[in-house]
Amino acid sequence: MALLRYESQVREPLVTGEKNYHQVTEDIVRPIETSPSRLWWIGFLISVALLLFGAYSVYREVTYGIGQWNLGKTIGWGWDITNFVWWVGIGHAGTLISAILLLFRQGWRTGVNRAAEAMTIFAVMCAGQFPIWHMGRVWMAFFVLPYPNSRGPLWVNFNSPLLWDVFAISTYFTVSLLFWYCGLIPDLATVRDRAKLKWRKFMYGLLSFGWTGSTKHWQRHEALSLVLAGLSTPLVLSVHTIVSFDFATSVIPGWHTTIFPPYFVAGAIFSGFAMVQTLLIITRKVLKLEDYITLEHIEVMNKVIVLTGSIVGVAYITELFISWYGQNPYEAAAFRNRWDLTTPYAWSYYLMMGCNVLAPQFFWFSKLRRNIVFTFFMSVIVNVGMWFERFVIIVTSIYRDYIPSSWSTYYAPSIFEVGFYLGTFGLFFTCYFLFSKFFPVIAVAEIKHILKKNGEGFKSNMGNIETQSTEAFVHEHSHDHGA
Amino acid sequence: MAVKKFVVGCFDDEAVLFPAVKNVRKAGYKMHDVYTPFPIHGLDHAMGLRDTSLHTAGFIYGITGTTTALSFISWVFTKDWELNIGGKPHFALPAWIPIMFELTVLFAAVGMVLTFCYLCQLAPFVKKHHFHPRATDDLFVMTIELTAKSNEVEIINFLNSVGAKEVHVQEAETGWWLGRYDNDSKPFDNMIREEHSATA
Repeated sequence: MALLRYESQVREPLVTGEKNYHQVTEDIVRPIETSPSRLWWIGFLISVALLLFGAYSVYREVTYGIGQWNLGKTIGWGWDITNFVWWVGIGHAGTLISAILLLFRQGWRTGVNRAAEAMTIFAVMCAGQFPIWHMGRVWMAFFVLPYPNSRGPLWVNFNSPLLWDVFAISTYFTVSLLFWYCGLIPDLATVRDRAKLKWRKFMYGLLSFGWTGSTKHWQRHEALSLVLAGLSTPLVLSVHTIVSFDFATSVIPGWHTTIFPPYFVAGAIFSGFAMVQTLLIITRKVLKLEDYITLEHIEVMNKVIVLTGSIVGVAYITELFISWYGQNPYEAAAFRNRWDLTTPYAWSYYLMMGCNVLAPQFFWFSKLRRNIVFTFFMSVIVNVGMWFERFVIIVTSIYRDYIPSSWSTYYAPSIFEVGFYLGTFGLFFTCYFLFSKFFPVIAVAEIKHILKKNGEGFKSNMGNIETQSTEAFVHEHSHDHGA
Repeated sequence: MAVKKFVVGCFDDEAVLFPAVKNVRKAGYKMHDVYTPFPIHGLDHAMGLRDTSLHTAGFIYGITGTTTALSFISWVFTKDWELNIGGKPHFALPAWIPIMFELTVLFAAVGMVLTFCYLCQLAPFVKKHHFHPRATDDLFVMTIELTAKSNEVEIINFLNSVGAKEVHVQEAETGWWLGRYDNDSKPFDNMIREEHSATA
């Protein structure tokens, strides 16, 4: 008769504090039922102000044309596409957490997946603004769709990576939204059934689609989540691969490289996790959810950051090496425009290197990985660095083209270019503030699901399991399938 | 839909629920459903439910997406408008892989979610009977249908003996109806009231 040791020696509990199912509901749903704090209002109003400034910037651009931006002869893509790639990249962590970690049965994802998925949706919404408004004559934006038209019909070019982007981003947004909402339905039902106010009962009744918690429904819900995760996993990789094709399939020196797809995907996960850290460190504090988003969660995400940051570092160095080893004079020139300190944009290249490659290396130290203030600071640094990565790729590759007479004067954005970017911050945070007020920021049902195995409060009950015989344990747990 | 009578047993621990489900089935009572606040793995098998075919539906939606993309793009570029793109072949399959993939995922995801909502009858304004408000919080609610043959008192005692914390009898509409959760009027309540007034 073999004895079992049930409790892991390595892993920390995912939910701290002595919790039972009802307390989980209480803790997570409470912020929805109380009025928001002063801090929430301040943050929300700042976000709305930024959003309004962004709307004004877009209004200027639509009314007076792209000339409102400081794009030049060779710089057809500047801040706008930089921002587009940056926002799409941020979205990737949400899908990684919700889909890939679900397939890998990582129990810790349950504490952070809801907020991260919400972040994905809002980030993709922000990303979508840039290519749409960059069209200039935005009222013709529907031309990107393959619809029967009176011009032949002349179809869109299905061989173009820009059209692949249209399909990739819109599919990504739709699937992420469906995945997120399907997960929300049972939790919204929990809010509905607790609601005392008439309007709250009505609103959450509407949103929860009449969910009852029937076993058959849960069975289908689980199957749906698993297949959606399986679909989202290649989808998220395909999205940033296709975004990188926008550059990689061109013949512009500095863009025309085969390394782009994996390099972009790693960068996306890197910046996305940094944004998750930024948001969750604030959220856990403001909503008092430290028992659910623990130091353990922050530490594992920092491990992902140091891993992906290092992958990105390898990509930067490979790229630089190939520009010399490939002996293509144009490629070499494009890279000289980055590393040569006498060129006008060298500062952005070294800023990128410092923020993305060197800074994350601090996370090899577990003391720093578990330091919340340091993590917050680093999460901002990483996203600054990742913004500059896209800026370096886009602007330094095109500001000096083959004809020196058309070389731009120093490209700096206009106030409306910056305003548009700030406006998407407004959009993102307005959505996030509303989300954190009206939706459960942690997946209530999923936390309850892992509570007995990974909750601190249940450790004490483990004694009798440890002394159980293997046969008895197997008999009792033969229906468990992972976390 | 029909109004039926149920014995409702509430459990507060899934470790007690599992043997209770087994015993109820063994005793031959007609189990209507078990409502739980979170998915309990293995409960569907314990209740004798068959596996869902949602995966198969998803696969069919997925290949529909692939074939839609492939057939449409090839029709456009080889039949309808043979656009000459740098003298490259009209049937440029490798360049279509991204869109074929995206449509596969899109069709599978949207199709599966709609099928899920249809099968579970989920939609805004759909209202269903809830046997216990805490079924979405911390209680596992087992419902046993009372038929002409079954003995109400016996079932109540049985549920108490297998560890239910709370047992009571409810009449409930088994289907859904359109309504609002802030409004407690139920069509079958009115129906029953009308019947009562007719007999009185």
